[in-house]
Amino acid sequence: MSNLTDLGVAAIRDGVRGGEFSARDVADAFIDAVAAAKPLNAFLVETPYHARAAAKVADDARAAGEALKPLAGVPIGMKDLFCTQGVETTAASGILKGFVPQYESTVSGNLWNAGAGMLGKLNLDQFAMGSSNETSAFGNVVSPWRRPNDTAPLAPGGSSGGSSAAIAARLCPAATGTDTGGSIRQPAAFVGITGIKPTYGRCSRYGVVAFASSLDQAGPMARDVRDCAIMLEAMAGFDPKDATSLDLPVPAWEAGLNADLRGKRVGIPKEYRVDNMPSEIEALWQQGIDWMRDAGAEIVEVSLPHTRYALPAYYIIAPAEASSNLARYDGVRFGQRVLPDGAGLQDMYAATRAAGFGDEVKRRIMIGTYVLSAGFYDAYYTQAQKVRTLIARDFEAAWEQCDVLLTPTAPSAAFALGEKSADPIAMYLNDVFTVPSSLAGLPAMSVPGGVDKDGLPLGLQIIGKPLDEQGVLNAGLAIEQRAGFVARADKWW
Amino acid sequence: MSVEPATVKRVAGLARIAITDAEAEKLAPELGNILGWIEQLGEVDTQGVEPMTAVIPNHLRLRDDVVTDGDVRDRVLANAPQGEHGFFTVPKVIE
Repeated sequence: MSNLTDLGVAAIRDGVRGGEFSARDVADAFIDAVAAAKPLNAFLVETPYHARAAAKVADDARAAGEALKPLAGVPIGMKDLFCTQGVETTAASGILKGFVPQYESTVSGNLWNAGAGMLGKLNLDQFAMGSSNETSAFGNVVSPWRRPNDTAPLAPGGSSGGSSAAIAARLCPAATGTDTGGSIRQPAAFVGITGIKPTYGRCSRYGVVAFASSLDQAGPMARDVRDCAIMLEAMAGFDPKDATSLDLPVPAWEAGLNADLRGKRVGIPKEYRVDNMPSEIEALWQQGIDWMRDAGAEIVEVSLPHTRYALPAYYIIAPAEASSNLARYDGVRFGQRVLPDGAGLQDMYAATRAAGFGDEVKRRIMIGTYVLSAGFYDAYYTQAQKVRTLIARDFEAAWEQCDVLLTPTAPSAAFALGEKSADPIAMYLNDVFTVPSSLAGLPAMSVPGGVDKDGLPLGLQIIGKPLDEQGVLNAGLAIEQRAGFVARADKWW
Repeated sequence: MSVEPATVKRVAGLARIAITDAEAEKLAPELGNILGWIEQLGEVDTQGVEPMTAVIPNHLRLRDDVVTDGDVRDRVLANAPQGEHGFFTVPKVIE
């Protein structure tokens, strides 16, 4: 039998169901892998008891001849942005150190109800603000990938960098991620895995530590398209506890998978040919176009004229919403409190927030506070929301001509830790291809397409119409089948 | 765009983040660069364009006006840095 940690979600589910191995054996194999991978710093909390308990339920149900749940026997990683009852949840911020939620997020609860078990809570950029996992208060996550003959630690992407690193290193077959401007897709691309951000409103935000509420959306990360479809089916669904949750049935995405793209039109947005794009990214994009054509799709060039304004609009809207959302960290109701001698209430707020928030979080709160302050609101925030309308209209116009869009996921392969952290804007530019679809609330996924000259993974992004996760998954499957991506990081940890 | 350290201190005050003079000096050019970069949005013609309010069309739901939650005082207080007699406590605010 092959190594159990090499198996994906579908293989584990089917193997447990068929009695090829026990859920306990699977859980133990991943628990050992997690325990042996400390140098990656992917996990903030390890919860082997949770994974074993879920495995026992699966094994007992099988022994009793009962029907198994959709994710019975599948242990997963949980991004530490999801509140998990009784398990410390910090969003990788010092201000939430010691916070033990008294309730369960809807998405994590849905996964446990589907039979999954939790291996632990995954590191991330602090409050999901970052593109390299360097803003965590609990240390950088290190990508399992390295450049040849070079031990320099590489970024696993961000903000879901613990999730991406853990899956690529075979510490878990799948994990949750959240995506505000690319935080599922860019890390997936950096480590050669698959991740999908569904349509805004598919997955409940209840119990997800809020960053930018009009953009935040949960989604799965896994090693292939089928595993993402299985996970997303379990995570998604209407939730009355989230006012923006979509009251729609969850489609059977796995059963609907079909890589035959005949009759489908794939749009290539010309504005995504940005200046200084590495030739390898350009070549991969062209390769993706050829794969789409090979799968039967018709290729059409489309225009999304406001693309270049998406990033600056995002860096007004997201910090503005963050400055409002993060006002709750006041040292009164939860989290850390810093009370200098003789300080009053206002001084306590300010000292608590100064000590608890990291530099990037403070930077974004300050930008958000500035653009929302009296006299500036219309010039910045209202203008950004108008531009957001124009960006959404660009996509609506494109859907007249095509069914999905194909673009690169990120403008480069993984960079080294520290390479971009001194220049916030250089870091923000990493999200140039992922932010527009976030602003428009569209489903979008990254699938591995190939490797660069250093052997590092590169991803292709598929963007779909609202609610058409199936179209996105199917196009992703067509790429996956043709890319035949099997590269993996050599184990050094 | 140029941002003065005094402006940084004013914004930090609004955001309730304590900040030293040295930190304000350091943050001023950083925030200036970011604000300068996002100012390019001003060149977009948005005359007659409505600002986005909902990214995916959705309807506001109403529910029956009944109590559906509550009676969980101790759980609400469980993570408070300081609580007494079933209340959150803060430094004295009235002399």
